[in-house]
Amino acid sequence: MKQSKWGMVVDLDKCTGCQGCVVACQAENNIPSNEKSDYDEDRVIQWIRVERYWEGTFPDVKARFIPIMCQHCDEAPCEPVCPVYATYHNSEGLNVQVYNRCIGTRFCANNCPYQVRFFNFWEAEWPDSLKNQLNPDVTVRSRGIMEKCTFCIQRIRRTKRDANVNGFEIDDGSRAINPACVNACPTEALVFGDMNDSNSKVSKIKEKESKKSGRGYHLMEHYGTSPNVIYLKKIEKNKSHSN
Amino acid sequence: MQEHTQLSDKEITDDLLSPVIRSPKWFWMTIGSLGLIMLLGLSGYVWELYSGLGVTNVKRPVYWGAYITNFVFWIGISHAGIMVSAILRLTQAEWRRSITRAAEVLTLFSLIAALSNILFHVGRPWRIYWITPLPPVVIGYDFARGIWPNIRSPFVWDPVAVGTYLLSTILFIYTCLLPDIALVRDKVKSKIPKIIYSVLALGFRGTPRQWKIQATAPILLSALVLPIFVSVHSIVSWDFAVSIAVEGWHSTIFAPYFIIGAIHSGVSAVACLMAGLLWLYKLDKYIKPDHFDAIGRLLVIVATIWLFTLFLEWIFALYPLEDPEIALRNMQVFQSPWNYLFILFLFTAYIIPVSAWLFKNIRRSAKWMFFTTILVNVGMWLERFLIIIPGLSRRTELSFNWGSYSPSLVEMGLVAFTFAFVICGILVFARIFPIIPPFDVKEGMRFRHIIKIGKRNISAVVRE
Repeated sequence: MKQSKWGMVVDLDKCTGCQGCVVACQAENNIPSNEKSDYDEDRVIQWIRVERYWEGTFPDVKARFIPIMCQHCDEAPCEPVCPVYATYHNSEGLNVQVYNRCIGTRFCANNCPYQVRFFNFWEAEWPDSLKNQLNPDVTVRSRGIMEKCTFCIQRIRRTKRDANVNGFEIDDGSRAINPACVNACPTEALVFGDMNDSNSKVSKIKEKESKKSGRGYHLMEHYGTSPNVIYLKKIEKNKSHSN
Repeated sequence: MQEHTQLSDKEITDDLLSPVIRSPKWFWMTIGSLGLIMLLGLSGYVWELYSGLGVTNVKRPVYWGAYITNFVFWIGISHAGIMVSAILRLTQAEWRRSITRAAEVLTLFSLIAALSNILFHVGRPWRIYWITPLPPVVIGYDFARGIWPNIRSPFVWDPVAVGTYLLSTILFIYTCLLPDIALVRDKVKSKIPKIIYSVLALGFRGTPRQWKIQATAPILLSALVLPIFVSVHSIVSWDFAVSIAVEGWHSTIFAPYFIIGAIHSGVSAVACLMAGLLWLYKLDKYIKPDHFDAIGRLLVIVATIWLFTLFLEWIFALYPLEDPEIALRNMQVFQSPWNYLFILFLFTAYIIPVSAWLFKNIRRSAKWMFFTTILVNVGMWLERFLIIIPGLSRRTELSFNWGSYSPSLVEMGLVAFTFAFVICGILVFARIFPIIPPFDVKEGMRFRHIIKIGKRNISAVVRE
């Protein structure tokens, strides 16, 4: 089987800021519910978050949304600084976090320009009613370690295994392999796929949009991290046409 | 050339061993109150271990806080030892004799204090040995030990540098301590201490051969230890400088800037310690105004070089005119509370002390040196705080994630713990071993001549 290199496209023109991806991620990956106190302490864990920015002044104000998750950088700055190899790059282009290996120096989080690494300050807790909904495929992280978006590696693994055993080809954009956030996105603003497969949707978008006229860009490219998430600019209405 | 009091060997022995033979009146009370502070700090740590790092105030995005500040601060203080014992020894500065051991002991305890901050800082301190390349045989059976530490990480360089420094400091202190342990062994009356000192003295009897080795060893060690002078704080600075994503950290000037800052704070701490010891143990025959004068002059130079590198750091940072960097510097200097801290830092670390040290009367007064050097260390603690926190507050394009930080009670308690620990460690050391080396002072006496200057006869060492 050909080696995959997973990537994602985020079309900001389609994002409505509905936070569906955030909730899906929370449920899929056993992330403890963020309560008001967590927001007050700035200790919220959201592997994917929707940042909201206001543009313009009242009454001509626009809300801009940008979902930000781990960019799975090819040159991930978080990897070389971990003293114990708790974070490393796997053969499928994913930046992986080994929870049991982490000792919690939080160096990786400092060195991440996107701020997508999260530290478990407290032991994770769920209300009794939610304990049975925990995903058995995902480790519940103990306190004192880092965690972050994995592109739902458990779904990728499971689908590949099923495909091997049952002998079928994995379709591009199959719901079985897509991360939870991509499946949950109602406007299909998020597209997930194999960058090594030239026929996949992400590869085609990449090819089309990384041209000069295209809308594609990487977040904070100037750090030289070469991320695997491509953002597509919002399409602006004709500037002269104001309402 | 410096003025000294000529003393006989017996006077020196009696003076310097008196705090070792019986405890001074204030001793147990001081140790008790320091112990109380340490206990309070440690109870905070127990709480942190029990419930998690949530009890500190670090948060997203400021993931490093007071502990790392304090770590860098104590590593900086530890540079005193190497500066005084190695550099001053090799340059044959005669005034180092009575202060070398105090500086080395300060180094020892400040290194331990710095390392303890790492334990406070990490999320799972019980797994901290994973950053060492120890084979499983040493640690015991452990599934996760199959992996070598990541040598690209500055957090692996750190234990190497600091560990080397700690080992060489212990070696240094011990080799220089041997004749004095032997001296205490001969003077001590009670039985059990005598046995302990005899074992520690390693059979030092003062034969010519032993003296010869004893005199060569520290010089050899100082030469070997010199690379550490550059390496330790460079590596500590690289904890920050390698972080490409943090504005204000990713700077090439950081290594020299941190080293010179470390010498500034370290030598100040030695001056402070000297003044303290002078007052506690009435050592005015051994620690002279000349000593403070020499340290004061050294400090004026060091502080000014440090200020220059600080200036360079700012120039390098602002030269590209990048928005995040400008936003960061703007925050450091113009936004409350950082602006107040910044002004306090400039005044305490440079403006007040250095302008004071320009006056000879202040340089020669132990009391004034005590307070000005404390100011320097307040300022240097703030300096590290002002580098670490505003940098991590992330004044980047993603303004959604901007943050801030102030230490929590537990963190303040543990910072207080490290200070109490270092003071307590030095006092306990001074109770067990002579803190001013009698053999070294006696050796210094041998080098002196009575010189006639004008109408006065002065005992002084000519080779200075």
